[in-house]
Amino acid sequence: MSALMEVRVCAVRQLTPVVREFTFEAAEGQLPGFSSGSHVQVLMPLGERTLRNAYSLLGDPADSTRYRIAVRLQDASRGGSRYLHERVAVGDRLQLSRPHNLFPLHSQASHHVLVAGGIGITPFMAYIAELQARGASFELHYAFRGRLTDAYVDELAERLGDRLHAYDSSAGQRLDLAALLAGQPLGTHLYACGPQRLLDGLREQARALGWPDGRVHWEAFAAPEPGLAFRVELARSGQRIEVPADLSLLEALEAAGVEVPNLCRGGVCGQCATRYLAGAVEHRDHYLDEAQRADSLMPCVSRGGCASALLLDL
Amino acid sequence: MPVVMKPLETYRDDFTFRNSPQAIARFPFPFPEDSYMYSVNLEPANGGASGSVFEHWFDIDEHYVSEMAERARVLERDPGRCLVMPHMAQAAWDSLEMLMEHLAADYPEHFELQRDGDRWTWINRPLGIEQHFTFGDPATLPCEPLEYITRQAQGDFAVLDQRDGDLFMDAGMVTCPADWSIKFDAGMSFKQWHAPVPLAPQMGVFDRALKYLLNIQVGQPVRRLNWTMTINPRLDTSSETFHEWGHERGLVTPENVARLVHLRVELQFMPRLPRSNALLFGIRTYLISLEELATNPAWACRLHRVLRDLPEVIADYKGLTLYRQTVVDWLSQFDPEVRAA
Repeated sequence: MSALMEVRVCAVRQLTPVVREFTFEAAEGQLPGFSSGSHVQVLMPLGERTLRNAYSLLGDPADSTRYRIAVRLQDASRGGSRYLHERVAVGDRLQLSRPHNLFPLHSQASHHVLVAGGIGITPFMAYIAELQARGASFELHYAFRGRLTDAYVDELAERLGDRLHAYDSSAGQRLDLAALLAGQPLGTHLYACGPQRLLDGLREQARALGWPDGRVHWEAFAAPEPGLAFRVELARSGQRIEVPADLSLLEALEAAGVEVPNLCRGGVCGQCATRYLAGAVEHRDHYLDEAQRADSLMPCVSRGGCASALLLDL
Repeated sequence: MPVVMKPLETYRDDFTFRNSPQAIARFPFPFPEDSYMYSVNLEPANGGASGSVFEHWFDIDEHYVSEMAERARVLERDPGRCLVMPHMAQAAWDSLEMLMEHLAADYPEHFELQRDGDRWTWINRPLGIEQHFTFGDPATLPCEPLEYITRQAQGDFAVLDQRDGDLFMDAGMVTCPADWSIKFDAGMSFKQWHAPVPLAPQMGVFDRALKYLLNIQVGQPVRRLNWTMTINPRLDTSSETFHEWGHERGLVTPENVARLVHLRVELQFMPRLPRSNALLFGIRTYLISLEELATNPAWACRLHRVLRDLPEVIADYKGLTLYRQTVVDWLSQFDPEVRAA
């Protein structure tokens, strides 16, 4: 399992009514370096259980003394974003996983097009620091709701000038995906982070315009959606576990002391794929193909049915 | 335990390289059982026993000064053994930082690193180096940063760019390869550079290994052992110099086998480079003559069985076919089953 690090909260800023930024420094020793696009898991002790949410590191990767994350208060919060918004203050200590990158810059791109929706701006804050340091060619398209999810927009306008294209939906401004993609030169790579409909729209447009899949990169918001409660049984140990509606299967396994390797906790990296032997599965991942889904599931996002217990090969 | 370095030895011409009893005792004998087959033998590299080759991320031993002199000699003849494609510049600095940090922390009697922001001072006592430089500014070093630091670290290093769900050999310092070439493999993907290996692809070894390597996390390196055999204690058995060493496979006789034939073990060590997200692929080579190896009769017995039963295609791929029987015959004296028969 990933080794954990202890950090101290050294600054907190409210960026918008729903976005709060946290800066961490090492409680002891040095923080490991990270590459732009990396995330960390933040552990949040909520009563008896520990939630682990993944957040992009948004600081300049060249600054190895601090990590920064920004957290949007989720309406349907399972407690993670609410905990960070309401309970965490300067001086507090938190546990983080080590950084890992599932959304890296592509070394062969001749031009980088970054598309952010709302809080999806976070990985691109680190991208921009990196791309500017390299003198690379890039442009940022940032769609948000003014005075609600427009974190960093003033700072970005100052840093990027006309490389920033901002779309404020509260002012009726819309990002035209077809126009954005149609005008790009060969060798361009597209990176998108934001709500699912933005990612779906971009991938659909890119495919329609003949972009190779390898030039379209995306990162979905990683928080698992709640569902209905269900039961699982572990075939090897015979253990029975109840998964409540607001906990993912992975979280319920961890709470029961069952360690499953995992990285993204959002259904994309494939690390936590687990075999199941019986039971109905509601697959919610973006990783397994149909054939694999016949006997594997990703417990970070996917859930069992409530009719009968799900039998896992654990 | 401080490392005591031996005076200069050679890996060519008169081949004065020898292992001390201490070096033999810590040799990474690679066979956990009496037979060998390819497998995904990757494991977390969480350190090892004090004094063992696994103790530190980057092992320094008694041959340090000699191996660095040999690297310098190879590079003098063929500067192309060090390759850094333009997009790997950051990974090169990443490698330099990782090597300097670990060498200084693990061998304080030999190496020292002082950091004041990006103004760094590096001291290498065995090689008599004191270098003041600005981290990130290649003009402040005598050569390109990957070349600079790997001229001071034992073993070969490939630096792999991670993209498209694959790894690409886009940088490296390779002066002691076991019959391959960084120039030939430059820019290749993981499966492309492993294409010559028999059996393993059909076994799915490379699919699983690649998946594992892609997910290596910062601060959680993995390692594996690989092996082959080499005639004479020759480090530079690269494809480029095949004409200098290939014919030596025909020189093995029952009289000289124990001194001429060496088991060659690679301790491969793969840490994630934190700033660039590239993967460092360290290939630390250990050589031991059969004569030295047989001072541990259990090793000699096991090597006898492994080589005797090794599938033909693997023996061919490793270049052992010409002299395998001579080696097996010599080693059989250490196998109680043979003696009893």
